[in-house]
Amino acid sequence: MKHLGKIAATAAIALGALAGTANAQQSTLDAVKAKGFVQCGVNTGLAGFSAPDSQGVWKGLDVDMCRGVAAAVFGDANKVRYTGLTAQQRFTALQSGEVDILARNTTWTLARDTSLGLDFVAVNFYDGQGFMVKRTLNVKSAKELNGATVCVQPGTTTELNLADYFRANRMQFRPVVIEKLEEVVAAYLAGRCDAYTTDASGLASTRSAQGANANQHIILPEIISKEPLGPAVRHGDNKWADIVRWTFNVMVEAEEMGLTSGNIDSKMNDPNPGVQRLVGKTGDMGKMLGLENNWSYNIIKQVGNYGESYDRNVKPIGLERGVNELWSKGGIMYAPPVR
Amino acid sequence: MSDAAATLKSLPQSGGFNNSPLAQWVKANLFPNWWSTVITLVLTYFILKFLFGALSWSLFNAVWSIEGTDTEVCRELKGIGACWALIAEKHRFILFGTYPFQEHWRPALVIVVFLVLYGLSTVRALWNYWLGVVWAAGLLSIGILMWGGVFGLRFVEQERWGGLPITLMLATFGIALAFPLGILLALGRRSDMPAIKAICVAYIELIRGVPLISLLFMASVMLPLFLPEGLTIDKLLRAQIAIILFAAAYLAEVVRGGLQAIPKGQYEAADALGLSYWKKTGFIVLPQALKIVIPPLVNTFIGLFKDTSLVLIIGIYDLLNAAKTSTIEPKWQGFSIEAYVFVSIIYFVFCFAMSKYSQKIEAELSHTHKR
Amino acid sequence: MASIPRSRPAPPSIKLSLSDPVVRAIVFQVLVVGGVALLVWYLVSNTMANMEARKIASGFGFLNREAGFAISEHSIDYSPADSYFRALVVGVLNTLIVAILGIVLATILGTIIGIGRLAKNWLISQICSVYIEVMRNLPLALQLVFWYYAVILENLPSAREAHNPLPGVFVSSRGIMVPVPANDPTYGWMLIACLIGIVGTVLLSRWAKARQAATGQQFPMLRAAAGLILGLPLLAWLAGGAPTALDWPELRGFNFQGGGTLTPEFAALLIGLVTYTAAFVAEIVRSGILAVSHGQTEASSALGLKRGLTLRLVILPQALRVIIPPMISQYLNITKNSSLAVLIGYPDLVSIANTTLNQTGQAIEGIGIIMMVYLTVSLSIAAFGNWYNKRIALTER
Repeated sequence: MKHLGKIAATAAIALGALAGTANAQQSTLDAVKAKGFVQCGVNTGLAGFSAPDSQGVWKGLDVDMCRGVAAAVFGDANKVRYTGLTAQQRFTALQSGEVDILARNTTWTLARDTSLGLDFVAVNFYDGQGFMVKRTLNVKSAKELNGATVCVQPGTTTELNLADYFRANRMQFRPVVIEKLEEVVAAYLAGRCDAYTTDASGLASTRSAQGANANQHIILPEIISKEPLGPAVRHGDNKWADIVRWTFNVMVEAEEMGLTSGNIDSKMNDPNPGVQRLVGKTGDMGKMLGLENNWSYNIIKQVGNYGESYDRNVKPIGLERGVNELWSKGGIMYAPPVR
Repeated sequence: MSDAAATLKSLPQSGGFNNSPLAQWVKANLFPNWWSTVITLVLTYFILKFLFGALSWSLFNAVWSIEGTDTEVCRELKGIGACWALIAEKHRFILFGTYPFQEHWRPALVIVVFLVLYGLSTVRALWNYWLGVVWAAGLLSIGILMWGGVFGLRFVEQERWGGLPITLMLATFGIALAFPLGILLALGRRSDMPAIKAICVAYIELIRGVPLISLLFMASVMLPLFLPEGLTIDKLLRAQIAIILFAAAYLAEVVRGGLQAIPKGQYEAADALGLSYWKKTGFIVLPQALKIVIPPLVNTFIGLFKDTSLVLIIGIYDLLNAAKTSTIEPKWQGFSIEAYVFVSIIYFVFCFAMSKYSQKIEAELSHTHKR
Repeated sequence: MASIPRSRPAPPSIKLSLSDPVVRAIVFQVLVVGGVALLVWYLVSNTMANMEARKIASGFGFLNREAGFAISEHSIDYSPADSYFRALVVGVLNTLIVAILGIVLATILGTIIGIGRLAKNWLISQICSVYIEVMRNLPLALQLVFWYYAVILENLPSAREAHNPLPGVFVSSRGIMVPVPANDPTYGWMLIACLIGIVGTVLLSRWAKARQAATGQQFPMLRAAAGLILGLPLLAWLAGGAPTALDWPELRGFNFQGGGTLTPEFAALLIGLVTYTAAFVAEIVRSGILAVSHGQTEASSALGLKRGLTLRLVILPQALRVIIPPMISQYLNITKNSSLAVLIGYPDLVSIANTTLNQTGQAIEGIGIIMMVYLTVSLSIAAFGNWYNKRIALTER
């Protein structure tokens, strides 16, 4: 009993100390620099966007986004750790600080930009939602899907768009709602549902993953929604948001200027002022962001430009550039100038 | 003479198959009367059919390995033969998750350490102070092996841990750290002080009333919001905290059952001797109570071991999640039965061994007259 | 003679010292309560600061917003245009349906297996034993996933090639379709008649017991109960015109229309929960039956009671005393384990609340709702268990 007072006092002091730190706000950039790596929230396994290969190394378009940020901040694109997140977990993981960036083929919508406490900083893939059915179903258009059973993942814009589309077209459907990507695909393949719906890129990825059986599935022509997919950061941290945003813009601008990871070293003395800014020779762009001036050089050298990233990751699953081509070549990838 | 003959006649006949112990047992247990005979025959038929089908699927027609990456051989035999080639290729991923490939000896060693610790704890002759020391040393070595960073071992961050070591760690640390909390809660629930009792009852009923999934969600989603900015807990630790809180409530009920089973005379005698509350509890009550509740304790541990499979909900790569993920790769899609059978065998071995042990202890501790 | 006032001993002076156990108890409790309150305040203030900094919405206003997502199984009308509140109600109802059906089926199956374990036939008892050991030692998550993926999805044919074992019954990977009686008001009357029958049976049995206690005359209760519970609805059916129309499932377009459907998710969840819990129930029933000492059976046959009466009047009440408490906790477990439906896509409360908190971002409110509903259900079942326990407990000093 005589020790009770000392114990109580110690506890009170400890709690008070902790409470004192409760209001210390640390910016994400400082926290990341202190940690020594970027914590990246990615998809658990979507070929082309973020999936671990058989050695456990993560590859994909979204993975390259995070590697670019790491190259910008640390000069080393490998200073990233990946957290696989399902659609249900992704927002709370970013809100709670578990990840620094959410690069998980997430659609930019108003509700997510406002009430979820997130900020979308770029669109790294313009996509739309579509349907995939088995060829044996003899369905040529999404309008013929009245009464069908449709597999979909919960917590996504896909789920909402699906309901909206069928309501708008006065059709009925039965949803089969399964959270994990591999399971919802398994259900579709097993015939549990007639159609599988997700972003067209996800459909192409799943279809190509069937290998020899890819021809048994067709993707219906209707694209029923706009799905601008891109990385997101937490509300309230503009410095970090700027870094992520401009990392992406550097990758697109590099492709516009013809800089690749292969030729950037030879272009170090190129007279083009735009190139000079991108390799960090002039402009102090890095300092404005709070980074070193060779930030953009590191991004291009270690990760590559947008085109290289796309060709490496997304082309193999059967998706051509299409609308994701540079604006100068007929697509809508347009980056504000790095100057 | 006739007496001897009469005695000889009255001796039980020995020899012959129909009178052997086996035949008599078969007759008594399998064919005692006509309807039981019918049932035996029908059941035998179905059992043999099932066994034959299972064996032909899992052994005779199975594909044990494939060359290169061509799984067509497996697909052709789908439904007829198992594709154990999946296990041959993926067993390291299922057992160890995304742990770096060259360092797989470390989690393997961790599993061995766990098995040794469990094994040593079951020997009653070793139940003394030294067991605690051995456990502490074992857990420390597990931490060193998994994390690395010292003694020339490469550092491996927690996100890359996975598979069986995670399951074992969550269950073992869960019970070990929940134990003191559970005992305190049980004592508090039986206390005379109304405030303490109310808090303990509220905690126990609250945690026992909600499913573990909701606690895991709460830990993974809300715990970071509870903490000040800049202080983060990684996902595995959050799951571990949720499991500890969950286990503490169930352990509290188990210990409370033991406390209730001790005759009131023990409490009264301890009071008569002038022992303070904590001395009475520590020296008289708890040792007896804990000894009584070992079987339900082991059952709670088995339950917790199985419940660790739920952490797949929050994306931690325990054994079950790793098995599910192993069939993501397109060429291995559709072979989930083989992966689940492999994992079932592992779970079954662990849980069955523990439940047999608990039955053995129960038999030793209780001396009821069975008729 | 005047009485000399006796001086009373002075009352002990009240000293607040820690050596007084009452004072110690009060101080200890104040400290503990204060500590807990401090911890709670710390967590709450952190949470509010964090939510403010990240501009996360809070409050329950979202419950009135349009949900926007579809739910595959709903027992009340629901469309994506309904509110989140209605979606959550659908989830609660789905959870309750699975829980109640699971409880009933698991009890039946578990009792059969538990009694089978005690059978004289060695094969039966070994099969039951193997069943119990296998089911109890595998995680429920593993079993659910196995039933859904391995058994139902991968081994049943598609809707267009469904098995047709009986006319009108179709088995496919879309579920089991059965014909159901077509909608008719007579069925409502039959249900009311059945309820009246049950109430009547209860009242009649009370009267019969009282009469037997008073006069010793026995009343054929079983026949009377059968007559009331089965006969009254039969009368209602006849009075309603004996409707026999059935709603047959037909393959139209993609799916079967009409008839009743048992979806694969519901089937997998129910089968998984029932088979898993039945193993535990079997052990409970077996331990309950074994707990009644053999002497009771011997004594009741010495009294001349027939085997049926022995079972009903002597063995079962004593066995139930041992069986009911763990059985109640198994019922609680089924209810909580139904939350695993989120693994296989059955829209129970956790699954729908999860989707809601994802679409609205309000994690705390969502999880709070989940925990409150489960807590209410669990506390009710536990309260019932406690009441029953107290009623039948053996009192000791």
